[in-house]
Amino acid sequence: MSAEPSSREMRGQPRPGERAVARTVLDAPDIARALTRIAHEIVERSRGASDVVLLGIPTRGVPLARRLAERITAVEGTPVPVGALDITMYRDDLRLRPARALAHTDIPPGGVDGRTVVLVDDVLFSGRSIRAALSALEEVGRPRAVRLAVLVDRGHRQLPIRPDHVGKNLPTSLREQVQVLVEEVDGRDLVLIAGGEEP
Amino acid sequence: MKRHLLSAADLSRDDALLVLDTAEELARVSDRAVKKLPTLRGRTVVNLFFEDSTRTRISFEAAAKRLSADVINFSAKGSSLSKGESLKDTALTLEAMGADAVVVRHSASGAPHRLATSGWIGGSVVNAGDGTHEHPTQALLDAFTMRRHLGPLTDRRVIIVGDVLHSRVARSNVLLLHTLGAEVTLVAPPTLLPVGVETWPCAAAYDLDSVLPKADAVMMLRVQRERMGAAYFPSVREYSRRYGLHAGRLGVLPEHALILHPGPMNRGLEITAEAADGARSVIVEQVANGVSVRMAVLYLLLGGSEPG
Repeated sequence: MSAEPSSREMRGQPRPGERAVARTVLDAPDIARALTRIAHEIVERSRGASDVVLLGIPTRGVPLARRLAERITAVEGTPVPVGALDITMYRDDLRLRPARALAHTDIPPGGVDGRTVVLVDDVLFSGRSIRAALSALEEVGRPRAVRLAVLVDRGHRQLPIRPDHVGKNLPTSLREQVQVLVEEVDGRDLVLIAGGEEP
Repeated sequence: MKRHLLSAADLSRDDALLVLDTAEELARVSDRAVKKLPTLRGRTVVNLFFEDSTRTRISFEAAAKRLSADVINFSAKGSSLSKGESLKDTALTLEAMGADAVVVRHSASGAPHRLATSGWIGGSVVNAGDGTHEHPTQALLDAFTMRRHLGPLTDRRVIIVGDVLHSRVARSNVLLLHTLGAEVTLVAPPTLLPVGVETWPCAAAYDLDSVLPKADAVMMLRVQRERMGAAYFPSVREYSRRYGLHAGRLGVLPEHALILHPGPMNRGLEITAEAADGARSVIVEQVANGVSVRMAVLYLLLGGSEPG
């Protein structure tokens, strides 16, 4: 999360380029390498990926989860179930802003009971989205274990939540904004950091 | 979205699509083992029903409960309402109890509007049917049901047949379907079309058989005998023959066309068992979809911050 701990949607704005001090943290090849490494870590951690289910958190966690699934499938040879978990109705800041549209929840046909669920998100910030995701997951079933994979961990946790797989640890100040752009949503792969002190 | 839902005309095209899309996501919750969301925890929804209703009240109650709201049911029978308490005093009581939303059904057209604009209560008001005026959530669930089967409703032909004069369902449907781009034709005997229907954004006809072959959906309205003081048609048999949906007409109706009815049905009067229970009938689905649509409305009105 970028602008402030409570607003996921702020992440996509302002548009890159409009902000003079936006700086690239990861480019497309960096992102590809990070995802490949995370995919291998997931396989290693689960001793093969036979009971793994990947669930992306909308919006940008979903395409990232799909890409991880493709990589795991390429390594292990068997397809990995992948889906999406909308957390809107479980957020703790719903009352702070007008009601927002819901995203799609898509649980793979095999469900999550007794399996290892890997939640996938783009940026880990306050940890509140993940708290909401855990609540949402609870209503869907009872996984054997839940893990967390994020492309960027920018710190400033407000809850006792820690990621299991991280693409990049990015120390930030609270004034800075981290933006993750992905091909499927934004037309290109990029991680940007903006704001903070003038260089 | 505005703060209240009093009329289908309150909804812009974007608002209406937002409700329908939200309902589509919420419908999936009904398929889960745990049919509950924590979203409206700690908020109070009052069902204020001055008029008899089974499905609408139960539907709103189920919707509010699935969103974890506290639900208080007020019905005219067995409460101070039957002792002659005024709408204002009832509203002040509800306000004192801290109602975040009031779902109101009243036999007088405009009662929800009065409740929303009088300043008596601070919460959102949802019209669950007022007199012969409007019933916007019914129109939303009808549109939702049609959209699930037909796809986007733009340029789809919808026929609404029967007692338009007394029907709040017809009025709300005409407004909403027009907003969504559908073409609506009302079919009724001249005595059951309201004065001024030519100003509505729809066509009107007296002959059902001539419009039926081009329909994508046909909505049969209940003949509201309880609202009819005088005779509006010569006999039940004649009405049924000219405006009822019966086996003979099913053959004329296109194969893909849907049959809807807001319920409760007068079987044998406006619709026969073959039509109501046939493969093209979506009448039972309408009831299930009502819960999803009302969840969407309650979520969009109450789920966020107060509109500024």
